[in-house]
Amino acid sequence: MSGPVTENDTPVLEVTDLAVSFPSEAGTVQAVRGLSYRVGRGEVLGIAGESGSGKSVSSLAVMGLLPPQARITGSIRFQGQQLLGLSDVQLAKIRGRRVAMVFQDPLSALTPVYTVGDQIAEALLVHGKGRISRQAAANRAVELLDLVGIPHAAQRAKAFPHEFSGGMRQRAVIAMAIANDPDLIIADEPTTALDVTVQAQVLEVLKTAQEVTGAGIVIITHDLGVVAGFADRLMVMYAGRAVETGQVAEVYQQPRMPYTLGLLGSLPRLDATEKLPLVPINGQPPSLVDLPEGCPFAPRCPMAVDACLEAEPELSAVDSAGEHHAACVRTAELAATEAAAEEIEGVDASNAAAIEAAVEVFGAEVVQAQARDLAPREQRPTVLRVDELVKHYPLNKGTVFKRRVGTVHAVDGVSFEIREGETLGLVGESGCGKTTTLMEVLGLTPPSGGAIEVLGRDVSTLDKKARRAVRRDMQVVFQDPMASLDPRMPIGDVLAEPMQVHGLDAEHIRKRIPQLLDLVGLRAEHADRYPAEFSGGQRQRIGIARALALEPKLLVLDEPVSALDVSIQAGVINLLDQLKVELGLSYLFVAHDLSVVRHIADRVAVMYLGRIVEIGTVDTVFGNPLHPYTQALLSAIPLPDPVKERQRERIILSGDLPSPADPPSGCRFRTRCFLHTTLPESDRARCVGEQPERVGHGQDHEVACHFARSKQVV
Amino acid sequence: MTVLDNKADQAVAEAPARRPVKRSRLTLRRFLRNRWSVAGLAVLVLLYVLAFSYPLFSPFSYEFHDTNLTYDPPTVTHWFGTDNIGTDMFVATMRGMQKSLTIGLLVGVISTLLSAVVGAAAGFFGGFTDRALMWLVDLLLVLPSFLIISISSPLFKGASWLIFVVLLVLFQWMITARIVRGMTLTLKTREYVSAARFMGQSSWRIIFKHILPNMASLLIVDATINVGSAVLQETGLSYFGFGVQPPDISLGTLIQTGSNSVLTFPWLFYAPAIMLILISLSVAVVGDGLRDALDPSSTKARRRVKRKKEAAA
Amino acid sequence: MLGFLIRRLLNYLVLCVVATFLSFTLSSIAFDPLSLLRQHNPPPPAATIEAKRVQLHLDQPIPQRFLTWGEGVLRGDFGQTTTDHAITEELGRRAGVSLRLFLLGVTVGILLGVLVGVASAVRQYKFTDYAATFFSYVVLATPVFVLGPLVKQVAQSINTATGSEWLQFTGEGPNDLSQLGWLEGFGERLRYLIVPTVTIALIQIAYYSRYQRSAMLDVLGSDFLRTAQAKGLTRRRAFFKHGLRTALIPMATLFAFGFGLVIVGGVFTESIFNWQGMGQWLIQGINDQDTNITATVTLFVAVCVLVSGWLSDVLYALLDPRIRV
Repeated sequence: MSGPVTENDTPVLEVTDLAVSFPSEAGTVQAVRGLSYRVGRGEVLGIAGESGSGKSVSSLAVMGLLPPQARITGSIRFQGQQLLGLSDVQLAKIRGRRVAMVFQDPLSALTPVYTVGDQIAEALLVHGKGRISRQAAANRAVELLDLVGIPHAAQRAKAFPHEFSGGMRQRAVIAMAIANDPDLIIADEPTTALDVTVQAQVLEVLKTAQEVTGAGIVIITHDLGVVAGFADRLMVMYAGRAVETGQVAEVYQQPRMPYTLGLLGSLPRLDATEKLPLVPINGQPPSLVDLPEGCPFAPRCPMAVDACLEAEPELSAVDSAGEHHAACVRTAELAATEAAAEEIEGVDASNAAAIEAAVEVFGAEVVQAQARDLAPREQRPTVLRVDELVKHYPLNKGTVFKRRVGTVHAVDGVSFEIREGETLGLVGESGCGKTTTLMEVLGLTPPSGGAIEVLGRDVSTLDKKARRAVRRDMQVVFQDPMASLDPRMPIGDVLAEPMQVHGLDAEHIRKRIPQLLDLVGLRAEHADRYPAEFSGGQRQRIGIARALALEPKLLVLDEPVSALDVSIQAGVINLLDQLKVELGLSYLFVAHDLSVVRHIADRVAVMYLGRIVEIGTVDTVFGNPLHPYTQALLSAIPLPDPVKERQRERIILSGDLPSPADPPSGCRFRTRCFLHTTLPESDRARCVGEQPERVGHGQDHEVACHFARSKQVV
Repeated sequence: MTVLDNKADQAVAEAPARRPVKRSRLTLRRFLRNRWSVAGLAVLVLLYVLAFSYPLFSPFSYEFHDTNLTYDPPTVTHWFGTDNIGTDMFVATMRGMQKSLTIGLLVGVISTLLSAVVGAAAGFFGGFTDRALMWLVDLLLVLPSFLIISISSPLFKGASWLIFVVLLVLFQWMITARIVRGMTLTLKTREYVSAARFMGQSSWRIIFKHILPNMASLLIVDATINVGSAVLQETGLSYFGFGVQPPDISLGTLIQTGSNSVLTFPWLFYAPAIMLILISLSVAVVGDGLRDALDPSSTKARRRVKRKKEAAA
Repeated sequence: MLGFLIRRLLNYLVLCVVATFLSFTLSSIAFDPLSLLRQHNPPPPAATIEAKRVQLHLDQPIPQRFLTWGEGVLRGDFGQTTTDHAITEELGRRAGVSLRLFLLGVTVGILLGVLVGVASAVRQYKFTDYAATFFSYVVLATPVFVLGPLVKQVAQSINTATGSEWLQFTGEGPNDLSQLGWLEGFGERLRYLIVPTVTIALIQIAYYSRYQRSAMLDVLGSDFLRTAQAKGLTRRRAFFKHGLRTALIPMATLFAFGFGLVIVGGVFTESIFNWQGMGQWLIQGINDQDTNITATVTLFVAVCVLVSGWLSDVLYALLDPRIRV
């Protein structure tokens, strides 16, 4: 990556005082309110913020792709040329040729009816009319596909988008973006919809793209990890404005806006060696319809003083070089707190002091598992035991007469157990079978292979009545807080439903509802409100309250925080932590975010293509991963620490997840395994021919690899 | 453990500051904003009231035939003129409208309820019910309900018009049922439905408690549309004499009689025809207005909001 | 892909047979062809009625009658009417009359409907859109048996205004058609064809344009359209090249539904304009209580829907690469 801009350079992009508003039923939505930034030649600017912060709208404004009813004011200069006010035809000449864009959702970003090759060639033809022949464009499209790492590019160029996986489609979109050698690439959450190993691949391709084109890049993300390693400068947005900008390392190490500080503190750390406190930011982002006067973050800010409510602070320099700006009246106090804060223990990060400051400012505490005296693990009863679980689906084809064309091996011999008071994290990328495992456990029907035992009772022996009894002890919390509550039922009814189903009397239910609401930090009078009146985090709390209504022993959590913004996420994680200790619950915690699992789980099981490849306590698995897949998975997760992130060696897995309908023979991971390729021929044959069984490596640590060896990855 | 207290504070801080407007009120407000739909609803209500209260306005009875005044064009006395035997056309049209509107309303509502139950069951349980339903809908494509009802009409010659209602219901529920089935398939995968299942709620209870209420907007809109198509279906069949039988009259039978003399005595045709168009046009705009009001995420309202959401994300 | 089309075809064939069987059974139960004979004045002797009964196979159980009839159909013999006319002879002529009307109406309707829908979506919330929307609402709210006479009256006023009799709206051609030459005959037929075709086409336009409009608008908000613009296509070009092409896909499935609509509409249209086609025949069959006629018409309808349904499957497969597997 090339260095930052010098003062005299004309920036590639200069946005000044940009404001965007939309009419809506509730009033005018002010999505962007006075935003200014510049991107130099070859510079990478990261824009970070939560949903609704205006980060995407501002970049769509640059591209001139906002819907016609949007009102845009200010100035957008691209290489000195004013873009605002240009006609669609004039803009079309710039778009795709000099400014290119990569979108968030690769699944819908390509037109389904044209081949990938044609769509890339179109980018060339539309700008090179007369200068480039159809044939030449088609050839160049193949070259570009090859450049972004699509194997057999010539052949794949003839494929339609639906034949590409998400990661491959995103590569194709990047190929399209770099086709005309642009000067600026805007990437809007380019990896959000992708799995973490694919994210690592795509980020790598973006870096290649930047090297090839020398373009400036604006990368928009909500993931502070992604920008830490990739961006030169960072801009944090909140409520339609920039609240802090500066060199990446500086912003991470000396955040001068409480919001940035809170964000950094709210992230669970993958590289933590012991449990760190997680900073919850109270409240939720403000509505952009009629913002009150003053700092929009003030209502959520623990440092807010009267001055914060009077006027919205401007961005102002907080360092002598004038590179680091923050919009806060209390930057000096922040600096003082940080200077006084000792480096936090338990994480070896370049910005440890900042994290400690966040903990102090926001007043977070670690929920100690020891609060409830627990017997040693072996002496505690088993709450859930899954033994050699198998779930196969028929793979059907045809609409009228379905015929079976294969079998999907969704889960293929999964074993684990959860003891009382323990949290097992089940992790893996999409398609690894973790959700199927969870559904099998929740279904309480005899599995097609293996056995499931809930609280000592084998589910295959249950009759209808016994199954109901078991359901009482095992409850579930779902991923999507928007979909997990019936929108037509007031919260009180939502909470009452499980109790009614299990025949509790009305009086008991009436008393229990306020208790439950209180337990998850809501108020009793919320009972007659509808789900739509609550924010995502609150709804997730209601979902947890519903799960707790019957006082279960085991809670199955299906990605309970992945749909929440980071600042909200921390609060829910803390709540789960507390409830577990207070109520003596056990959790089966299914997630794809390993940092969250690291924070909340006692033990972790890593799944790949329907099998557990590594299982053990979090400290052993994260501290000393032995399976190559675990290593790759951990290495793919970006750390929110620019210094450390840039020093890490990243394992980039090749290719996509193989189809579970046709898993590779022997070790299922071998087709993408970096270790496999370095092995001698005879050892390789073993990977191909023999399925590795789980073997113990030290206390409570099992690995399913013939050649397990240690590797430092975090 | 002091954490508990601070937890409570923190979530309370998240609580909604002001209480949003109630759903029903919001729906009403959205509906009222649509001038066309309000007008449509007004016309429908007016026509319905008029159809049953016409004796208050008109001195003539349907049985009265002024044989001296046949084929009289519209005048102050006979607002819609008279027919070949001197019946007052206004009175006749109102009588016809009574039947047409009543049949339409009954068929629309009953068939929608039927489709809701069958469609939801098919979608929720899958398997045989599901395949049978899909097949029935396909069959209806090949053998339109119009054909079936007209063929079976000799069976019910002289029977009460209520039999006709049953027939119309019997062949009108399939298409809506198919839409309900599709909706059920989506709703079935919603997490609140899974949650209910995992807490041990029975299937039919899930259907009535979680699935059907959540497509109430679709059902209301479809019921409206079904009323419209039932009116058209009824008048169409009656036009050929396969529907409402004399001595009952409907707009269809009136239009049939009138259509032979469009060029000579146009009022005989236009009086019932315009009423019919008014009815079905009103039903259509009311249906659209309801859809927009109940489910702003569906039509044009959605598109505007959706794009904004995307842009704001 | 070919397998898919063959399976669809088989499914339709089964539906055809079932539909015809149902119609035959229903007619046999509902109809009493002898009642017309009994009403003759003076009443015919019992023997005559009994002979008719045997001749119409009314002494056999219904499935047996269906099999007998079906066997004949396979040999190309659709049986006799109750008045002893060979159905097969009349079928050809009547099918020709109906198809001429339907095909032209549908083709014009689909083409113009898609066009109007696109125009409406492109000019959303502008005059074109409002006009098209208003037109569709009114036409869709107007049943054929009202629309037909209205179009007729418009034609009449055009004739009056131009002082000619050029537009014809009764029957499918002049009585002396057989004496005219090929070209003249063609011209004459066309004169009779225009008014009924307009009636059918109007409904089709209204129907398809609504769907095309909403399909286009759905595509309008899609991510890939944004990608196309980000590539450097102008809004308009992205809309037509990427949007229209994709929005046509859902239309393909509609064509099958649309044809069902035409056929029901056709019954009215034929009877309004006095065309001796299939629809008019159905009405006649019901009034004459003639099972063979209604079954034949049902089979014709079923085959039409089958062909259009299958064609729309083919079209769908051609338009959407996702199902071309």
